[in-house]
Order: sequence, then structure tokens, then C-alpha cells
Amino acid sequence: MAKLIGSIKVDIQKCKGCDLCVIACPLDVIALSKDANSKGYNFAHMINPDACNGCSACAEVCPEASITVYRVRV
Amino acid sequence: MRKGSEEIMLMKGNEAIAHAAIRCGCDGYFGYPITPQSEVMETLMELEPWNTTGMVVLQAESEVASINMVYGAAGCGKKVMTSSSSPGVSLMQEGISYMAGAELPGVIVNVMRGGPGLGTIQPSQADYFQAVKGGGHGDYKMPTLAPASVQEMADLTVLAFDLAFKYLTPTMLLADGIIGQMMEKVVLPPYQPRLTEDEIRAKYPWATLGKPHGKKPNHITSLELLSEDMENLNKRLQARYRTLEKEEVRFEEIACEDADYVFVAFGISARVCQKAVEIARSEGIKAGLLRPITLYPFPVEKIKELSNRVKGFTVIELSAGQMVEDVRLAVNGKVPVEFYGRMGGVVPSPNEAFNALKEKLIQ
Amino acid sequence: MNNMNITDIVNPANLVYKKNSVLNDLPMHYCPGCSHGVVHKLLGDIIEELNIQEQTIGVAPVGCAVFAYKYLDIDWQQAAHGRAPALATAIKRLLPDRYVFTYQGDGDLAAIGTAETLHACNRGENIVIIYINNGIYGMTGGQMAPTTLLGMKSTTSPKGRMYERDGNPLDMPKLLAELDGVCYVTRQAVHTVGAVKKCRRAIKKAFEYSALNKGTSIVEVVSTCNSGWKMTPDFANRWMVENMFSKYPLGDIKDTIQA
Repeated sequence: MAKLIGSIKVDIQKCKGCDLCVIACPLDVIALSKDANSKGYNFAHMINPDACNGCSACAEVCPEASITVYRVRV
Repeated sequence: MRKGSEEIMLMKGNEAIAHAAIRCGCDGYFGYPITPQSEVMETLMELEPWNTTGMVVLQAESEVASINMVYGAAGCGKKVMTSSSSPGVSLMQEGISYMAGAELPGVIVNVMRGGPGLGTIQPSQADYFQAVKGGGHGDYKMPTLAPASVQEMADLTVLAFDLAFKYLTPTMLLADGIIGQMMEKVVLPPYQPRLTEDEIRAKYPWATLGKPHGKKPNHITSLELLSEDMENLNKRLQARYRTLEKEEVRFEEIACEDADYVFVAFGISARVCQKAVEIARSEGIKAGLLRPITLYPFPVEKIKELSNRVKGFTVIELSAGQMVEDVRLAVNGKVPVEFYGRMGGVVPSPNEAFNALKEKLIQ
Repeated sequence: MNNMNITDIVNPANLVYKKNSVLNDLPMHYCPGCSHGVVHKLLGDIIEELNIQEQTIGVAPVGCAVFAYKYLDIDWQQAAHGRAPALATAIKRLLPDRYVFTYQGDGDLAAIGTAETLHACNRGENIVIIYINNGIYGMTGGQMAPTTLLGMKSTTSPKGRMYERDGNPLDMPKLLAELDGVCYVTRQAVHTVGAVKKCRRAIKKAFEYSALNKGTSIVEVVSTCNSGWKMTPDFANRWMVENMFSKYPLGDIKDTIQA
């Protein structure tokens, strides 16, 4: 059976650390970073990249349109 | 003077506005009924210009909606107008201020009636301050034209559009109930075609007609959050007003060359004073009349010049005295400036005007 | 199959979701987690998908979305508070082949602009109305709106909205659905992936309907104002589900074209 492998790219300068992508991700791939961007927001990043299947849930709910999603079928 | 071959028609001042608007290539009219100017929209609905020139005519739900429809259409570079009377024009002030701030052209007709409040449906000139001092909020000025005949109702409608687009500003035709309601002969202006969309894009690159491919979007807005940016917008507006004041002053002088005393009056009051000048002259008093056609920009220089050679001014208005303040500012104390006015819809007779001049200035 | 690394995956060929090109790169001024950003994004998605960027004119309100014109690269007009439907009426009447939409909040649409909204709908103007209902005046600091729920606290109802004093929350889409001029009324939200996708479809339908000259289309988006509500974005979403949806249930209210 084919497996989906995904990854996201977060525009960390646009991210406002609202946490909505973290909650939307069904596979607990994302968390807010301890580091802050230039505006002082703790931006989202992948903490569990291997689990990502590229479902795009995080990107759909992102109010800043700061997430780009990639997916490969292997 | 107009050519003799042109067709002379008889109609009300309000009707002349409607005819002139269609003929000068107006794209749209949005209005709400109110006496004494309802004939403007009634005439348009009767003439059905959407079948001929394609002009849109829409009865809005209020004057507030009307002026905002004008804003929306003007933002698309369209030549649009509304008309109302005093209480309705009060409701439009927010929209007029927004148009001034967003630098949008448009024509607002105010066929004034007596106030304050619901007032009366009889004629008045008591909205002078509201029109020329900026009736809405913020620092803005609005070119204000004062027709004194049915012919001028037509001619100044055309001019109002020209000024509105030349200076990117709401422009007012400030008439009174008599000029709106009375019938006179009129030669209507020639037909001009409405601008095509390509012409609008070329002449008014700021218009929101849909962003062309590869170009930046257009924004119609009066909002600048940064104080410096907002001050710069104000500076741009003020510079434009200074040009208006230099270039666009219009007035008519009647028997002023040798006058000792000069009436200053606009609209129907000027018609009354024209007769009062005749009465005065018949009694050996050398009277004249200065009739501002543009109330803003006001003929300040002309009045200054007259104040060097006349003995005094009498200002006649259908109000408690509004334009008289601008006359006094221009005269600056050189000679007496007296005032006579009637309010609430009462129109003074030529004899009243003459007596005011005689009693207040001469005796 | 596990020998793929991130650089192999992050490759244009594998792209499945990216920001649409109508929404520009300017950072939005909205608070973190604000629903406005999602709705802006959806509008950009649909304008891009329908390829109508050059034919679309938006009308921005007064309220938090007053600067909507900065973020979506289309022609925009910014209206006085509540007057967006009057502007849109005139724009659409004079440019009938354009797509014209208003973007209004609940204060704008359901309070100060009630007359303009109702009459534009009653005339059946062929426009789209995007209505953001978060039950509060966000921009001015959290005052009571016509849509504020009973008992809901705001800076002008510090002990909660009272029926006796303030009346009931106003459901404008339900009222507007009664008008013959209105062809489509739907109530959506953007708090979950599923909701976002439904809302995108609703906005697309509204734009498509507006080109059919069958009347006004209204998409209400029940939204959060987490800073005005004084909640985290996540908690605000949950609060909205638990409290707002019973008064403002999601789903189509009217669809005369599909029906």
C-alpha cells in the first residue's frame, strides 16, 4: 500500500504563533518553537517531521497563509 | 451668447439639471425624493437615459445610500451625481467628507429649503455655510456653484462635473427652491458621449475598474493611519484648493462700473437685487450688483477691488446672514458692509432690498 | 522508502498546498489566530481559482477589516461605516460584468449599515456579501455588537448583554433570506479544516452565483475575536462552537439556484 510522506515549510516571519496549526495537525507534527521571530512570536515548526503525511490541515487553518505543504506518494 | 439656431425650451430649473446631466455624458444618478427637487429624478426616470446614453438612474433608500453610491461609482472613474434638498444634504455630509478625503469627483445638487430641522419646503439659502465651509468633518473645501436662472441650472451642472474631475473633488450645485421650481427658457448644452472604459482608464488611472494584468491594484480610500501620511494627504488637498481659488473664481457684475453702492447676492437673491439696482438707479442712487457664481472659491479679490472704490456693500440672502461674513472678510473694514435677509422660506421683494440699502447704508 | 529526507520532499513537484497568488506577502495586521486571515485567504483562493483577479472589485468596511485592501491584490474601495452595499450597488450597476463583493463585520452590516444592506439585498444587487460575525466590535476595543450573545460580556455590556436592555442578538442572514432579491444565504465558519473547506466552497458558489444575475449572495462566517473575547485562539474556537453555533447554526439558509 502506498504511503504518503509530507513536509511543511513555515514562513516564520509571518507566523504569529497562534497555535491553530498545532491543534489542527492530526499527527502531532507541529509545535511552537521556543525561539521567537523578529516580531517576538514563537513560530510554528515541525517537531516530528517523520510523522507528517502532507494532509495540509495546518495550512488550511493558518490565518497568515504562512504554511506551504509538500507531499510524496511512495 | 448662444447661437440663434439652437432650440429654446421652457422648463423648470430642476428639469434642466436632469437634461443637462444626460447631455454632458453623465454615467449615473442616485437620489432620494425630497421637495423641492424631486423633479430632477422624476425627469430622469421619464427621459429613460439608460435607453439612449446608457446612463444609470437609481432611486436609493436614503440620502446616505445615495451619496455612497456616488462614492462607489466615482471610485470607478464614472461621472455621477446626486441631488437633494437641505435635510437630505445634511445626511450626505459624511459621504461628502469621505469623497473629499478619497479625492473622488462627483456632483451634489442642493436645492435649498428653509431650516433648521424639517423646516419648510419654501426656498432658502441657509445652507451656504454647510456648503462652502465644509459641512462634514475634517479640513476640506468643496467647489460650490450658485445658479441664478434655469439656464445656469443647466450650464453649471456641466461646469460642476468639469471642476469635479479637474480637481478630483465633490462639487456642489447650490440652488434654492425658486430656481429649482421656476420655469424659464433654456438652451440645453450639446450632447457629449459618455467616456468608454478605455478612456476612463487612460484619463483616470486611479479608477477601480478591475486591476489590469501586471499592474498594481487601485485603492480608493481616505484612510491613512500614520499622521505624517495623513498630513501629506491634507497638504495635497490644500494645494488643490489654492489652485481652485486662483483659477476658478466666477462672478457676474451688473452696473458696478460707476456704482457707489454694491449689492452682493447669489441665486434668487441676485435676481431680486437686479431689480433693486434698477429701482435705486431710477431714484438717482448709483447701485450695482456683484453676483458670485462660485461661492467657493469666493470672489475675494473682486470684492477687495470694489471696496477701494465704492461707499458700501449690502448683502441680501435668504438666511440670517452667512455669505455676508465672507464679504466682510474680503472688505476687511474698508467700507461698511450691511446685511438684509429673510428666513424660513420668505423671499424679500426688490423694494425691501432697495430699502435695506437706502436705510442701512445711505441714511 | 524511508530514505527520503526533507529536501527531497520540499520540492515544487510535490507541492500540495501553497498560499494563493492574490493574497500578497504583506503581513496582515490582525491579531494572532484571527478568523479574518483565513477568510482573506479563502477569497484569494477563489479569485485565483475562478481567474477573476482582473474583474473583481472589493469593498472594504470600517472595522478590523478596514485594511483588507492591503492584502488582496485586486482593486478595492474602502467604504464609510456600514455603506459598503451602497458602494457595491453603484459599482455593479455601472460595471455589470465585474465581480463585486463587500466584506463587512457585524457592526458594519447588522448595526450601522442595516438599511444599506437590506435594500441592496431587496433590490437583488448581483453582488457577494461576505459577513464576518464575531459578536463584538473588535477594532474599537470589544464593545457590544448587535450580534453579541445574551449574557456575553463586552466593554459596553460588562455584566453581559441583557435582553431587557439590549434586545436579542440580531440574525441578519435569516432576515435577509426572506427577501426575494437574495438567491443564496449560507452560514459558515473557519475553525476546523472541514469548516474551512466548506467555507471555501460557499464563497466560490457565491461568486459564481453573482455572475448569473439572479440576486444577492450572502456568506456569513461565524468567527472568533480571541483578543476581544479575551481568550486564546484555540479556546475562542471552542467557545464559539459551544456558544455561538446554537444561536448561529452553520449551513445553507437559502439557495434558490441549486434548489
